[in-house]
Amino acid sequence: MPPILRFARIPGFRPPFGLRSAQPLSIPLHLRALELAVDRGGRPVLDAVSFQVSRGEALLLTGPNGAGKTTLLRAIAGFLAPRAGSLALTDAAGAPLDVADHVHYVGHQNAIKGIMSVAENLDFWGGFLAPAGASDRAARLEAAMDRLALSSLADIPAAYLSAGQKRRLGLARLLVADRALWLLDEPTVSLDAASTAVVAGLVGEHLEAGGMVLAATHIPLGLAAARELRLAPRTAIRPDEVAL
Amino acid sequence: MRLSALVARDVGIAMREGGALGTALGFYLLVVALLPLGLGPDLNLLSRIAPGILWIALLLAALLSLPRMFETDFEDGSLEILALGQEPLEAVCAAKAFAHWLTTGIPLALAAPVLGILLNLDIAAYGVLVATMLVGTPAVSFLGAIGAALTLRARRGGLLIALLVLPLYVPTLIYGIATISAALVAQSAFWPSFLILAAVSLGSLVLGPIAAAAAIRIQMQ
Repeated sequence: MPPILRFARIPGFRPPFGLRSAQPLSIPLHLRALELAVDRGGRPVLDAVSFQVSRGEALLLTGPNGAGKTTLLRAIAGFLAPRAGSLALTDAAGAPLDVADHVHYVGHQNAIKGIMSVAENLDFWGGFLAPAGASDRAARLEAAMDRLALSSLADIPAAYLSAGQKRRLGLARLLVADRALWLLDEPTVSLDAASTAVVAGLVGEHLEAGGMVLAATHIPLGLAAARELRLAPRTAIRPDEVAL
Repeated sequence: MRLSALVARDVGIAMREGGALGTALGFYLLVVALLPLGLGPDLNLLSRIAPGILWIALLLAALLSLPRMFETDFEDGSLEILALGQEPLEAVCAAKAFAHWLTTGIPLALAAPVLGILLNLDIAAYGVLVATMLVGTPAVSFLGAIGAALTLRARRGGLLIALLVLPLYVPTLIYGIATISAALVAQSAFWPSFLILAAVSLGSLVLGPIAAAAAIRIQMQ
């Protein structure tokens, strides 16, 4: 590897325009984690977590508060660098893919600007996240707002939305750009029963279309086939911690 | 075109909120207006130090709006989603710094000649003053992005930004003022300093976003 490309090993670093291939992105097939360990603030939160998710599969992350559900999702999204273990998103040929190109991350915050209207917020993310040359932006925006019952709120500044409406706007981002891997952190927080059912429907459709979903949730989301990864709070002490 | 959408969004938000620019312009006006009161009505003295005062006050006024560059996007989760777009985070940082320059650097540079009247600035220096400020202020925004990114999680990070960033502004300040002084002596002496000033800005256009993106990756952990 020439010295200048060593940058490529820094977690999260993405080569600038010129160095990235112009070919269309290939479709992710598997997400594999092997003996993954992640620290937060110097404290181990996840240790030896292994799983595999393939096209059309969902994995529900469960466990008590502090078990590391959010940490795992953030590590997959690339915000946290694992201390040990491997994490890879691969296509049909087994080639590793850049997670940032294929992931939708819906975290605790909704990434909404209060001063912009509902439609402006969503349209911005549609334009920013969709691949170059996507022509159906307006239609997708319309459909996404329709699906999450935001159409009647389109022109209202997002600051005036209720908590549940804001959450719906945050989730509508999933529909304005196609991304294979959905990372959902408590997606149904502050949603009513009807909206929860809509979210469950979206997840189901995404899986049928060959997507992957990892969701930290306490609600089953109506997914019969979903597997569950139960994370336990870490109690064991690593030998190197004893000295502290 | 995704980056231009980001620039348009940031400029749009700044225009609608208006507060940041108003604060910066008001601060600029007040600092410049206070100085003659403190120094007394010696017109020769004022016109001699006018370029320096206008430049220093511009840097301080621009500092006021720096903390906002990434803070709101960090707090509402937008920065994480911006990091997951098709564009590298370095380009996102560059777009945000560019939007900051459009909404802060340009208005402050254009306000400078008006404030020059308060300081009895030599009439021959007005054109040069605006030229140096328009060429020099990109460095203010792009180097400022580094400080804004480093202090994202620091509570009350505004003062910390000043400590981190003001030393980086020294070359811009020196060559900005040197250009004006030189141009007042002889027209031909304008170019050497002016080109170095432009070079400092060009360098910061490259280095600022790279450093800011690295800082943001650490802050998101």
